[in-house]
Amino acid sequence: MRLRSIAIGSCSLFALAAGAQAQSLTIATVNNGDMIRMQRLAHHFIDANPGISLEWVTLEENVLRQRVTTDIATRGGQYDVMTIGTYEVPIWGAQDWLVALDGLVSDPAYDVDDLLPAIRGGLTVDGNLYAAPFYGESSMVMYRTDLFEAAGIDMPEAPTWDFIADAARTITDKDNEIYGICLRGKAGWGENMAFLTATANSFGARWFDENWEPQFDSEEWKNTLQFYVDLMNEAGPPGASSNGFNENLALFQTGKCAMWIDATVAASFVTNPAESQVADSVGFALAPDNGLGKRGNWLWAWSLAIPAGTQQAEAAEKFVGWATSKEYLALVAAEEGWANVPPGTRLSLYENPEYLSAAPFAEMTLGSIEATDPTNPAVDPVPYVGVQFVAIPEFQGIGTAVGQTFSAALAGQISVDQALETAQQQTRSEMERGGYYR
Amino acid sequence: MARAISTRRKIAISAIAWLVAFLIFFPILWTFLTSFKTEGTAIQIPPKFVFFEWTLENYVTVQERSNYFRHFSNSVITAVGSTIIGLLIAIPAAWAMAFSPTKRTKDVLMWMLSTKMLPAVGVLVPIYLIFRDLRLLDTHIGLIAVLTMINLPIIVWMLYTYFKEIPVDILEAARMDGAGLRQEIVHVLTPMAIPGIASTLLLNIILAWNEAFWTLNLTTTRAAPLTAFIASYSSPEGLFWAKLSAASTLAIAPILIMGWFSQKQLVRGLTFGAVK
Repeated sequence: MRLRSIAIGSCSLFALAAGAQAQSLTIATVNNGDMIRMQRLAHHFIDANPGISLEWVTLEENVLRQRVTTDIATRGGQYDVMTIGTYEVPIWGAQDWLVALDGLVSDPAYDVDDLLPAIRGGLTVDGNLYAAPFYGESSMVMYRTDLFEAAGIDMPEAPTWDFIADAARTITDKDNEIYGICLRGKAGWGENMAFLTATANSFGARWFDENWEPQFDSEEWKNTLQFYVDLMNEAGPPGASSNGFNENLALFQTGKCAMWIDATVAASFVTNPAESQVADSVGFALAPDNGLGKRGNWLWAWSLAIPAGTQQAEAAEKFVGWATSKEYLALVAAEEGWANVPPGTRLSLYENPEYLSAAPFAEMTLGSIEATDPTNPAVDPVPYVGVQFVAIPEFQGIGTAVGQTFSAALAGQISVDQALETAQQQTRSEMERGGYYR
Repeated sequence: MARAISTRRKIAISAIAWLVAFLIFFPILWTFLTSFKTEGTAIQIPPKFVFFEWTLENYVTVQERSNYFRHFSNSVITAVGSTIIGLLIAIPAAWAMAFSPTKRTKDVLMWMLSTKMLPAVGVLVPIYLIFRDLRLLDTHIGLIAVLTMINLPIIVWMLYTYFKEIPVDILEAARMDGAGLRQEIVHVLTPMAIPGIASTLLLNIILAWNEAFWTLNLTTTRAAPLTAFIASYSSPEGLFWAKLSAASTLAIAPILIMGWFSQKQLVRGLTFGAVK
């Protein structure tokens, strides 16, 4: 009887001890190829860290954003690691909603100096790194080499907007459903406004002056929007005002677009013969400019951050370090090939000849990322951080409202002048409500 | 002649009914077909209806990536749990309002319904904070409580409408025969209202099964139902239609089968008292 009691007691103590040591990390992430691959390879992390288990919550980007924002703002503590973008990090870091990744910064094995400076800059607030980049992207021109060849046009490595417009109009053949250019038109701060804000930077426009006064009444914005609407009306696909990334991807992959300016991550989709009908005839070029010193490309990084409400910051940092390390890139290369390594985060990747030969778009991706500066995105000085967005909490609402107005201009429901006037009023009134003019 | 016109009318009405039914069913059919296409075929223009290379790869991917049965069991627990608790509260409430109305009964009913007019997102943060403090986030109990509350006004309204159709004289006769309140509800009222209660039950299960705002916002992993399962297959960058269709087919299949087998009961309940 006594022996039985001792045995039960020992088992209970063992179970308690095991329970105290076992940690389960809940990781919120977006549904894209690189993230799903990370889930698949996470057993390597679990094998190396037997006391830690992982639970995944994969959501669509907008649902994820709403979900993690609610949780972090209320310190709900539902997640230990969150996948967030370059828009959230400066705002949440400044609010002390995120744990600074000091352990990674001071770890020589992690080699924080290997992170691409443009990406690292976008994830740093007051000198503290608040998120580690999992993959980075910019935007660039993807074009059909066969259509350009047939039209006798050579795409330069760094085209101007005038060149792009002329080529698009020349190649357009609406009778055969070939459109010179496909661009985002669907309303949303991360949809058409990402493209238009980046384009506006290259036209010399900016969202706000140094006193947070909206600038939609400027000549530069008028030039940007008029150029975009005219080009899309003449050389774009029908119904462009409802086209976002995926709609344009489908159009390009089925051979309807001669050019598509969008995220560099699309390069691997359009060159994949299993999905794309034009996989063997795609070329790449830098996003266009107007000779003003800024190109029309953006900068985005899906990054892993640790919310301040977590009870398991140490284990979470261990996971973040693993998923964004050089060793993880090597692991992906070993298991799934260099072409599948998450791009745009580490300098060493772009010095690796194996990667450069496996990913024909690698140098263009690096060039596009390096051409951006989130702290100095426009030709004129601005009071905000962010290339294709303004890193202030109000921007999601303002950006989407302005995006709806510009989308209406593209659909021909209102004129360009009316759209800009409405955007100016909408933005001014929201900023006033936000207390920017006291 | 009259007989011929009647037959022609019958055929016309049948044809219209079939057309409307097909149009309503078409999105489900298209989702089902898309789930057997490759991502490349799913976006093909013009789209292919049935003559394409059928594949099960999307179902394999979904099974590999997600724990379908955990999401499924969470959906069953929360939908059935919230429906049973909802009915336990709603039957006495609807009985009281139908058979012992007061001056304020209509106002109370309208007030209950008005709570459905509030956009859910408007109370997300307060509810989230309450759930956080009560440790109800990502729990079955929390989800059952919130689903019960959001569907309660509709259940009470539906049951009230059914109960109003039952002649008060029958209940009075039962009382005269010496039936108490409990016996009156259990032995007289309930058997007569079974079609109404059954259709309310079925409708409430469907509503709870499909509820996507609260189930997505108040759960993460342990209590996440099939809505979270579907949400994980939509992507803003990259093709996902075929995999999303496979996930959707798996998510709606149980409720579709349940609806198929119980459609007679459902229709009888929904048209209960509609024709006098």
